[in-house]
Amino acid sequence: MAEAQLLERTPATAGGSLLAVRDLHGWYGESHVLHGISFDVHEGEVVTLLGRNGAGKTTTLKAIMGILGKRRGSIVFDGRETISLPARVIARAGIAFCPEERGIFASLSVEENLMLPPKVRDGGLSVEQIFELFPNLKERLSSQGTKLSGGEQQMLAIGRILRTGAKLLLLDEPTEGLAPVIVQQIGHTIARLKRSGFTIVLVEQNFRFAASVADRHYVVEQGRVIDTIRNDELESNIDKLHAYLGV
Amino acid sequence: MFELLGIPPQALFGQLLLGLINGSFYALLSLGLAIIFGLLNIINFTHGAQYMMGAFVAWMLLNYLGINYWAALILAPVIVGITGVIIERLLISRLYHLDHLYGLLLTFGLALIIQGLFRNEYGISGLPYQIPSQLSGGMNLGFMFLPNYRGWVVAASLVACLATWFVIEKTRLGAYLRAATENPTLVGAFGINVPRLITLTYGFGVALAAFAGVLAAPIYSVNPNMGADLIIVVFAVVVIGGMGSILGSIVTGFGLGLIEGLTRVFYPEGSAVVIFVIMAIVLLVKPAGLFGRTV
Repeated sequence: MAEAQLLERTPATAGGSLLAVRDLHGWYGESHVLHGISFDVHEGEVVTLLGRNGAGKTTTLKAIMGILGKRRGSIVFDGRETISLPARVIARAGIAFCPEERGIFASLSVEENLMLPPKVRDGGLSVEQIFELFPNLKERLSSQGTKLSGGEQQMLAIGRILRTGAKLLLLDEPTEGLAPVIVQQIGHTIARLKRSGFTIVLVEQNFRFAASVADRHYVVEQGRVIDTIRNDELESNIDKLHAYLGV
Repeated sequence: MFELLGIPPQALFGQLLLGLINGSFYALLSLGLAIIFGLLNIINFTHGAQYMMGAFVAWMLLNYLGINYWAALILAPVIVGITGVIIERLLISRLYHLDHLYGLLLTFGLALIIQGLFRNEYGISGLPYQIPSQLSGGMNLGFMFLPNYRGWVVAASLVACLATWFVIEKTRLGAYLRAATENPTLVGAFGINVPRLITLTYGFGVALAAFAGVLAAPIYSVNPNMGADLIIVVFAVVVIGGMGSILGSIVTGFGLGLIEGLTRVFYPEGSAVVIFVIMAIVLLVKPAGLFGRTV
């Protein structure tokens, strides 16, 4: 494929990071939202972006996925600079995005929604494995995508990007507005995905949930990463974190 | 001879057949418009001119290259579809970030240019196109006489419409199209080449119009204005069916053709306006159209 040739190979960057974001700036139209975000994600890690509303967490995910109108800086994924690539090429390189609003298509059945994202490489989950994670989906395959409950829609939105073979999953607030029991199920799912080798960047408001699944937390404020906290140091930093998040 | 409501059956069925023929063209054209509008958000005012181009290309293939009707039925849509692809890549694709109005103005202007070019070259008197010999003559069905070619037009249009519906509603390519109609950004983020999908969709919608043009060539004379006359009615059909609705445009196309035919039997004076009256009523009662999704 010609597009694959556009992916420039750059020399080994940032010491084994799967994703290295450096001085990332991003804009929504005229408004400058990201002011030089920098962080790394290592292969197999689960990392969260924590921060208040409007800090730039979702925008960061969109910038990585290539669906932000204007972005500048450097985003190196798997050794390749992706900052100027279109979203479809970035997706083909192995990044998948689960948006906050879930993005379930109303004019597609559950099955069509599930099968929509094309395979980008080998190593994705089989449909059977996805049903193992989310048994509810199997029973509702022929329903209209948006007829599912909120929790089921979230499962579908996560499930459909597991098939593609993407290595890096960008999950934008997967627990938002869901019942505790479903939040728990999604937590288990993330833990299982981590065990099977997926690398995950999670945007979360639910700090407890983030603490239960992540290796590290990046604190985002006003479009910058202002602190990094390892999950095992979370207890000793809890006051600091509360101050950051304003809780 | 029996009569229905004081109307001789020959007259009734004759008008119904005529309505069905018109409905075939309404359905094919409004289907193409609906697909294009769904994905591109552009009201393709060039559609009538592209229907006319289909008829002209068939005529040129026959008269300049000796290529017959059956080959033209495939070739003309392909050729006109390719011109559509070029128009989309070169011109329309530059307008997606602007208001819909610009797309409408551009395609309207293109229609005028294309019609002007053909008028300049071929005049407005119309060129004859023979019914292919296999389809000349007709059948006596007992209650009416059915010219073979007209029966073929209805059947071919129905098959083309249903095949298009099938591809859009039941295949993976169709799922891409429906998904991209809803949220092109997310579909692109899945690794699907949305700009190419848009180009091909426009090309396909245009090819459908050209296919209708080839079907029309032996019935109506091949004439630079043939699309301009038809397209206004087709826009009304699209509005009634609901912008962007696939099944809606097929059902509404055939249905309104029949209603128009019936009106010609029972109240001939109203036949020219009946579709617009229905459009006005639908807009008042259900502004999204009969099959339109209110988003």
